[in-house]
Amino acid sequence: MNSKNSKARLLQGNEACMLGALYAGVEFFGGYPITPSTEIAEGMAREMPKRGGKFIQMEDEIASMASIIGASNAGCKSMTATSGPGFSLMQENLGYAYMTETPCVVINVQRGGPSTGLPTKVGQSDTMQARWGTHGDYTSITVAPSSVEGCFYETVRAFNLAERFLTPVIVLLDEVMAHMREMMVVPEEGEIEVFKRHRPDVPREWYRHFEITPSLVSPMASFGQGYRYNVSGLTHDQDGFPTAKPKEIVDKLNKLRRKIERYSDEIIKLRTEKMEDAHIAVFSYGIVARTAFQAVKMARERRIKVGAIQPLTIWPFPDEQLRDMLKNVRKVIVAELNMGQLVHEIRRVAPRHTEVIPLQRYDGNVMTPSEIFDKIREVVK
Amino acid sequence: MTANTLQSERIHHYLRPKKSFPNVWCAGCGNGIVMGALIRAIDHLGLDKDKVVVVSGIGCSSRMPVYLDFNTLHTTHGRALAFATGVKLAKPNLKVIVITGDGDALAIGGNHFIHACRRNIDITTILIDNKIYGMTGGQFAPTTPEGKIATTAPYGNYEKQFDPVQLAIGSGASYVARGTVYHVAPLERMIIGGIQKKGFALIDTISNCHTYYGRFNKEGDAVAMINDIRKQAVSVKAAATMSEDKLIGKFLTGVIHETDATEFCDEYQAMCERVLAKGGK
Ligand SMILES: Cc1ncc(C[n+]2csc(CCOP(=O)(O)OP(=O)(O)O)c2C)c(N)n1
Ligand code: SF4
Repeated sequence: MNSKNSKARLLQGNEACMLGALYAGVEFFGGYPITPSTEIAEGMAREMPKRGGKFIQMEDEIASMASIIGASNAGCKSMTATSGPGFSLMQENLGYAYMTETPCVVINVQRGGPSTGLPTKVGQSDTMQARWGTHGDYTSITVAPSSVEGCFYETVRAFNLAERFLTPVIVLLDEVMAHMREMMVVPEEGEIEVFKRHRPDVPREWYRHFEITPSLVSPMASFGQGYRYNVSGLTHDQDGFPTAKPKEIVDKLNKLRRKIERYSDEIIKLRTEKMEDAHIAVFSYGIVARTAFQAVKMARERRIKVGAIQPLTIWPFPDEQLRDMLKNVRKVIVAELNMGQLVHEIRRVAPRHTEVIPLQRYDGNVMTPSEIFDKIREVVK
Repeated sequence: MTANTLQSERIHHYLRPKKSFPNVWCAGCGNGIVMGALIRAIDHLGLDKDKVVVVSGIGCSSRMPVYLDFNTLHTTHGRALAFATGVKLAKPNLKVIVITGDGDALAIGGNHFIHACRRNIDITTILIDNKIYGMTGGQFAPTTPEGKIATTAPYGNYEKQFDPVQLAIGSGASYVARGTVYHVAPLERMIIGGIQKKGFALIDTISNCHTYYGRFNKEGDAVAMINDIRKQAVSVKAAATMSEDKLIGKFLTGVIHETDATEFCDEYQAMCERVLAKGGK
């Protein structure tokens, strides 16, 4: 065994998320147990007290979301973890976090829905909820890994994005990935970048908590630091005071959207396989991307010119990148564990000559490579 | 010097005059009286403004933090205590004060209220108890007495009333008091006592919403309503010498309950130290 392998550990997706959060320097976890995400809360309850971090089991998910926003404004890197029903309960306060530009990370381990649905079975039906779940206009950042190692790295990335762009970031997992075990090497400290929000050092009178600077992201003070700012979910001016002035309203809403759009190149991450000469593409994310990559391999062995595209960032949706990738693609299969969510986005961005073919499964099981392979064979005819 | 005589300049030291005024409250609303009492209590204690965090939900009462020159968090309806819990556990050195309404704390936020009491987390909660939903135009609240008129109880309220004081005591709060917007000096002392108490403190503050409650129930203007509050209030001390008959239609004021239960953040810290002493096991 070489030294690298000796450091490899057999981890579950949920454990990898937890270790990723600790690596990223999480200081506060507030949550409420729900299958299939509970191992994250349990791990945090064990680890946080040993590291000077804070763990609290709140009375429900509404309170969990509220607690992490409070903690984040007090200066802590904060997170929660949940699944469908809990994610629904978090929506109002998640909206508050977008509006108040409060960095935090929310892990949603998807199960089948709607309602209590399939607590122990897999699904991807919260994809649109991650984008549009709370009321009002805003833009979400959502990332979605497809391996245990990915759970670790995407959680670190989620914290970096949240701290960099002062916004909640959602990590979408699913039941299978959360519980699946794989070997992975946890990186040494310092091996990957960890970002913490910039703090202001200007005199108090100069500081505006919601300032709209040319870069659209400005330093963020925390409670107790001496800046004494106001935070409100009411539409506010740059000082945080409620406003009804049309210009200030528009400036605020534009800021929420533009600070993400402006940096979408930095935020968007895609993985592709054999797309160089592909006439057919399989588009999928999360757990389905694993089987899709396998199906592409099977098809390539039969000389079918097919490739795979996997967005690791789902929101903002990679419009430009996909338009480019689909330039020479005649047919794109969109494989998801729901009744069709990202397929609408693909329809929106696909060039006119590209036919969009949905492939959906929503019976609580993962799509197999042969299911996708069969679809590829069907459409190649 | 009684806190009451705090110079207006000194009051301005704690306000944000530039952007947030004029305030949204009706003339004569008890919210302003409570805000004055809170400021004088904080001034009396000499708290560092940078270390005070005032958190609120949504409602007329919950607008208060916006006017105050502290770290202020105006949150979502009913959730102030859940946000405040996050702030306090994250940074226990901050003084956390919650301003909430009776609808905010006891209807939509009832769950957070009982759990904050149960944890006995060091948060001072001033519940402005005006027996109605002011902000949304006068619907009944969990505190509205039976028979009273509200827009959603046009034929008289037939629901039972919550008593926030009993609720807080039963849920584990370590400092529970009731004040009124008439008895301002005692109110200040209760707020001071609540802030000084290490643990969860509730100051249920009986207030007037003449605009809706008073008008619907023919209880007169702000002055008439506050005068009625004065007549109905009986201090805990005075009540001890009164017969039960005499107490009908009255409510108790003063510090009604005080214990020395351990506080949540202290317990968390102690647990961490135990774990570390055992080498993280
Ligand atoms: C989730 C949600 N539901 C309803 C409302 C509407 N709403 C705003 S304030 C309020 C009631 C406020 O009453 P109370 O807490 O007693 O405060 P007051 O205005 O009387 O001071 C309601 C129902 C809201 N803002 N959010
Ligand atoms: S509506 Fe009632 S509670 Fe609201 S400001 Fe007016 S008097 Fe006060």
